Amino acid sequence: MSALPVIAVWIGAIGLNTWLSRFDSRATRLAVALIFGATILILWEMAVRIYAVPPVILPAPSQIGASFAANTAILWSDFVQTIVKGALTGWLIGAGAAIATAIAIDRSPFLQRGLLPIGNFVAALPIVGIAPILVMWFGFDWQSKAAVVVVMVFFPILVNMVAGLAATEPMQRDLMATWAAPYGASLWKLRLPAAMPFLFNGLKITTTLALIGAIVAEFFGSPTKGMGFRISTAVGRLDLPLVWAEILVAAIAGSLFYGIVALIEKKVTFWHPSQRPQRG
Amino acid sequence: MTVIQARDVSLTFQTADGPVHALKDVSLTIERGDFVSFIGPSGCGKTTFLRAIAALETPTAGKLEVADMTPDQARRQRAYGYVFQAPGLYPWRTIAGNISLPLEIMGFARADRLQRIARVLDLVDLAGFGGKYPWQLSGGMQQRASIARALAFDADILLMDEPFGALDEIVRDRLNEALLDLWKKTGKTIGFVTHSIPEAVYLSTKIVVMSPRPGRITRVIDSPLPRDRPLEIRDTPEFIALAQQVRDGLREGHSYD
Amino acid sequence: MTEATASPGSTVLGRGLGRALPILTVLLAIIAIWYLAAIWMNATWVRDQAVRADTVLTTGDLIRQTLTLERPVLPAPHQVAAGLWEGIAGQKITSKRSLVWHGWVTLSATLAGFAIGTAAGVLLAVGIVHNRAMDQSVMPWAVASQTVPILAIAPMVIVVFASMGVTGLLPKAMIAAWLSFFPVLVGMVKGLRTPDAMQLDLMHSWNASRVQQFWRLRLPSSLPYLFASLKVAIAAALVGTIVGELPAGATSGLGARLLSGSYYGQTVQIWAALFAAAILAAVLVMLIGALERLTLRRMGLAR
Ligand SMILES: Nc1ncnc2c1ncn2[C@@H]1O[C@H](COP(=O)(O)OP(=O)(O)OP(=O)(O)O)[C@@H](O)[C@H]1O
Ligand SMILES: [Mg+2]
Repeated sequence: MSALPVIAVWIGAIGLNTWLSRFDSRATRLAVALIFGATILILWEMAVRIYAVPPVILPAPSQIGASFAANTAILWSDFVQTIVKGALTGWLIGAGAAIATAIAIDRSPFLQRGLLPIGNFVAALPIVGIAPILVMWFGFDWQSKAAVVVVMVFFPILVNMVAGLAATEPMQRDLMATWAAPYGASLWKLRLPAAMPFLFNGLKITTTLALIGAIVAEFFGSPTKGMGFRISTAVGRLDLPLVWAEILVAAIAGSLFYGIVALIEKKVTFWHPSQRPQRG
Repeated sequence: MTVIQARDVSLTFQTADGPVHALKDVSLTIERGDFVSFIGPSGCGKTTFLRAIAALETPTAGKLEVADMTPDQARRQRAYGYVFQAPGLYPWRTIAGNISLPLEIMGFARADRLQRIARVLDLVDLAGFGGKYPWQLSGGMQQRASIARALAFDADILLMDEPFGALDEIVRDRLNEALLDLWKKTGKTIGFVTHSIPEAVYLSTKIVVMSPRPGRITRVIDSPLPRDRPLEIRDTPEFIALAQQVRDGLREGHSYD
Repeated sequence: MTEATASPGSTVLGRGLGRALPILTVLLAIIAIWYLAAIWMNATWVRDQAVRADTVLTTGDLIRQTLTLERPVLPAPHQVAAGLWEGIAGQKITSKRSLVWHGWVTLSATLAGFAIGTAAGVLLAVGIVHNRAMDQSVMPWAVASQTVPILAIAPMVIVVFASMGVTGLLPKAMIAAWLSFFPVLVGMVKGLRTPDAMQLDLMHSWNASRVQQFWRLRLPSSLPYLFASLKVAIAAALVGTIVGELPAGATSGLGARLLSGSYYGQTVQIWAALFAAAILAAVLVMLIGALERLTLRRMGLAR
């Protein structure tokens, strides 16, 4: 009996979305996605209330929201510690190092042929596992988190950048040759711009990796702040709403981080077929 | 004065299924100010020969000299303007930016660059399109932009690989005239690949007929036409006779294999 | 000419060597750098010990000692190799110190989760390409969710399950399933959509049913995408399982080995577990690669 309202909301939302999706315009697409998201939240809230699910197992969205509002100071300091100091610093250093390495080995096809398969291989490995080692080396504070992030993002970006620097069309290279362009000019004016779509691909996939690295590394030791630290201690105290509030912060930070990189990509690689407005 | 001198040039590509003889014992002399057309069926080595002149390929045998230097030395002295079969514009640069690119690489001053860009854009009828990106233009406009780019730095030797292949007849006529005009005014040496017999006859002082497998020169026809060539010259008996000669040359090459 | 007359065997060998040589060179360079780093990073401790014991160290002594420490800051490659060998071959497989046993614990959860996640991802993808409402509802969230560091909450999931009395393989498999679900879903939707309008119109002109269209056109053309995302998914599943083994209290699995190594400063143990995980990941990805080649070849899609 108590399942009736849940089912009713579910069926209502499906009906509404099925009807809306027929129009297939920008606005209805957005509406359909938002309605779906909202429905999930409502069903979640209803299910928790109707069945009296203990917050220790699954807190309701409203409880999470309340916890978020009550703990903004903590959440903010955790955000700064983990995302800004750990993830962002590490990501910037790792990306810088990967780009520099790719350019450094650009003149040596031999090194590229050696590094590329190894980089591809390493990019598929569970690198987070290196976290305990780096925490031992660099201490509990954010430096060790940044170090983990550096290692995690280095190879995916390196592999993409090397592939990008090689992704010029033969004709464009031949043109450079007929103009007797020196190495610097062909790197700066041809290969670097051509590599940008690849580089941004690497930068985008590593935004999530950076957050994961920074949070997981805190499980191996941290000062008394940070998202990973908070999650593990709050779980210990069974304060699940706070845990979920941290997850919410992580989700927002992850989407923002990705969104900003994608926005910069749009500006930088406006010329690439995937970015420019459709035209034959 | 001899600008390009090829003696028994051969070029063999090693491929997975055996060697391909793209050029075999090709000998040719091109004088300063010549307008040389290369014509022949697909795969006869026209592109390969042009690329060898521009030092983009290295002959496997024979001797190739450009202004008494090796092709590579000539390339380092920036002797070539090269127009490829496709536009090959850089999508992240505007049309003006594309024309500016070789000028930047060769160290032209900014004011000089702007002036040259305006001049060549005018020459190919693209004035006003300098600020557009390549993908915003039609295929023919892109090809004209790539010609403008090759003209901008005033190389002595202009190598053009089917530059007008993708254009419609009217634009083609106009560009043919413009090219002749430029050639007369500047005295450049031009190597020009085409599939069109009228185009070859209309433009050239020397028509080189090639044939495939192995790629070689079957005939070199010196044109008796005057340097001043209005479009109407295409209806004169001399023109038609010359075209017939080229056609015969092409047939001859075909019956060979 | 010499190239044309050389025997085919020698060119194949030459080509293989040409490919392996750069890789081997880089690997050797990495190992060399590793040794230098090990000497450099362990030297401080060795020197301190020497000062404390009032002995004078020759350079040879220093190097020898830095490479044979019980708990080095950075173990030398041969120490890690020895640790790995000891963990794999030097123990009974059922022993708590056997890496094979811990590896199996991790692998079984990974595979279970991978299977669940893949099945769910493929099924949902099929639904999405055939139902527009589902597509517009779910896809934006599925894509957006990839930017969220889901992995970071893995330990929490374990603890919550534990508080409900569920422990062992299942909670870890759930994390692995969750992590492999999204790449498969996104890749599969993309793959099922690869047939272009012309190919679909052609099917239409033959009056093919939706089912025929699915089995004959959509599914075959999606396979390259599916395999590409399977490789990502299995790697993600493995990482998820390992992170799921991190919460205090876990005693089995490669993640637990990492954690206990870090508690007791057993660096060699950490590195050995890390390499065991790396080998496992490599083998899994390679297996999927082999499966991919086999399938595509049987379908005549291989290049
Ligand atoms: N890089 C290469 N590798 C192997 N073979 C090549 C290469 N470039 C050209 N060839 C071969 O050399 C021969 C001559 O090619 P080329 O491009 O010079 O012909 P073409 O006369 O320009 O033809 P088209 O009129 O079609 O442009 C062809 O058989 C071609 O297959
Ligand atoms: Mg050609």
